[in-house]
Amino acid sequence: MGINVKTLCKDEFFYGHKACAGCGGSLAVRIALKVLGERSFAVLPAGCMSAVGFNFPQLCFGNNAVISTFAGTASMLTGIEAGLRAQGIRDFQAVGFAGDGGTADIGLQALSGAIDRNDDILYICYDNEAYMNTGIQKSSLTPFGARTTTTPAGKNIRGNLRPKKNMFEIVAAHGIPYAATASIGDLNDFMEKVEKASRIKGTKYIHVIAPCPTGWGIAPDETVEVAKEALDCGLWYLAEYEEGSGMTLNYRPGTFASVEHYLKRQGRFRHLTGDDIDIINHSRDVKWKLIEKNLGVIK
Amino acid sequence: MARKFLSGNEAFAEGIRLAGPRVISAYPITPQTIVVERLSEMVEEGSLSAEFIHVESEHSALSCAIGASAVGARAFTATSSQGLLYMAECLTYASGGRFPIVMMNANRSTALPWNIYGDQRDSISLLDSGWIQCYVENAQEALDLALMSYYIAEKKEVSTPFMVNLDGFVLTHTYEVTDVPEKEQADAFLPGYETENKLDPDHPRNLGFSVGPEHNIAFKYKEHLGILHAKEAVREAEERFAQIFGRQYTGLVEAYRTEDASFVLITLGSIAGLVRETVDRLRERGEKVGLLRIRYPRPFPNKEIAEVLGNVRAAAVLEKDISFGNEGTVFSNVNSALHKAGIPVPVSGYIGGLGGRNISSEEIEGIFADLKSEKRKTMFLGLGGEGEWV
Repeated sequence: MGINVKTLCKDEFFYGHKACAGCGGSLAVRIALKVLGERSFAVLPAGCMSAVGFNFPQLCFGNNAVISTFAGTASMLTGIEAGLRAQGIRDFQAVGFAGDGGTADIGLQALSGAIDRNDDILYICYDNEAYMNTGIQKSSLTPFGARTTTTPAGKNIRGNLRPKKNMFEIVAAHGIPYAATASIGDLNDFMEKVEKASRIKGTKYIHVIAPCPTGWGIAPDETVEVAKEALDCGLWYLAEYEEGSGMTLNYRPGTFASVEHYLKRQGRFRHLTGDDIDIINHSRDVKWKLIEKNLGVIK
Repeated sequence: MARKFLSGNEAFAEGIRLAGPRVISAYPITPQTIVVERLSEMVEEGSLSAEFIHVESEHSALSCAIGASAVGARAFTATSSQGLLYMAECLTYASGGRFPIVMMNANRSTALPWNIYGDQRDSISLLDSGWIQCYVENAQEALDLALMSYYIAEKKEVSTPFMVNLDGFVLTHTYEVTDVPEKEQADAFLPGYETENKLDPDHPRNLGFSVGPEHNIAFKYKEHLGILHAKEAVREAEERFAQIFGRQYTGLVEAYRTEDASFVLITLGSIAGLVRETVDRLRERGEKVGLLRIRYPRPFPNKEIAEVLGNVRAAAVLEKDISFGNEGTVFSNVNSALHKAGIPVPVSGYIGGLGGRNISSEEIEGIFADLKSEKRKTMFLGLGGEGEWV
């Protein structure tokens, strides 16, 4: 039987931190560590999860955990994995939790290097779509149209002008043993993917969408619901890449739910016009054409 | 023991083989590259059992070494110049985390203008990063420091990373006859690395955490005490080294013919060899001159410098670095040592050898000649600039 909420470990490994109410990122870290267990060596770069979890003397990880440099999540994981293996220690999981900026911007070079070496590590990107720890600045995973403190929505420019970087596809293009997208809106799927990744040797990458009430302008109790809605309206997708068998789509909504409804319930998108929403709908359709062309059978 | 004809880089690689790091993160940069090439060959042939990691940058090289050290594995990396600057963020990370990594730096000029030749601005500009820094003079000392550096860095009360500096090309690429000890001797000298400051599968820990304004300064004070403890560890390492290998070293500084000297030239690195020759030649002419080689600018040998310069008439610092807008950094440090000791010796500051420019024996003689005026002077060797600095 696969892992699910009923079989999930009861122990807590990320507990007593000071994340914002309704934080999606802390949920992703907490659940992943429950799947991976006490012999996890967690690396967290500068970012929300390290800022809320590592304040001496209040240290919130029950497993081994360390903050890395901002750019150095993957390279520190490499050193930890190699250092343990060199000492004959085998039964462990080196796992990184980095945000969207820490992954797709400043940490991309080190991540690419680790995948290239096929280091036996699991890298989890919790994507809340901006530099939230520093107070909501645009990253390369901020979606088109989003208002951030560095992409203000005014008369001349209405928020962020660039689409999200295609991190899953970029990672998969390395020929990585395993990569997946996930969402905290589908925790069973996320848990299964973390569990599956932990059994694969070599580099693994999971990109989990984790809404941020503070940065997205939603209520703390809407985090999971908004994450689900992103899947239903087609602005995020659940997929896997496995070396040898290529990409697989895990979920295809029968008909897409309203993009406008998803956008307009979030403060960061409230300024968008009908034309802006048309652009987002169109880019969603273009993306899904590519997804359906490139990705295999729905499981 | 075998006698081999080795370059500085090769000698250092032999020393690292003998020290036996468990993880090596490797990235090429001239003039360091030969070190990681030799180490990769040693791993291939089986004379060194280490995880050899081909990192994609110097930042990752040191970040990877920090990860390995954070789980209690002896770690090594090497770099130079731009690479050292690129990994600068990780330098303070390693020292603040008290991870006793050893890194070899091939001293090289920093851009702009681009230049691959030797000066010491790269490492001297990072004196404040919390690393022990040693500057060696020849291939034998390089090999020996590869062993001693781990012994010193890993002492529990030290727990501080260690940068061994070799002058680019002049030392890294110059071949000398070098004694290469047997592995059994090296093992007798250097115990395995044991620490509690690590992530441990059986005793989980949180490391690399944040410390707020209330407690932060206490961590920094402890870090400072750690690198100061290296002074005693250097002495202990050299005693132990002499017992096992029969080679003597002289601690944080090496004083040459200074006992009765009136004029002393202070420098560091490979140029000390030429200064020593020049001192011998001037001594033959009856001139009372001497050399003070700073082997370790961190921890800084305040006491040792004051002892040597206590009775001289004048001294000069010759260094391959400059703190732009002020003066040579070693010059500043030496003046501070003398001021604290209440020694009013006039000290002159000479900047030389930047970008690999040759320093001649005649120029060194010229410095000694200048000292006879017993006036303070600061200048760029061969260029002048005198009097414009104050």
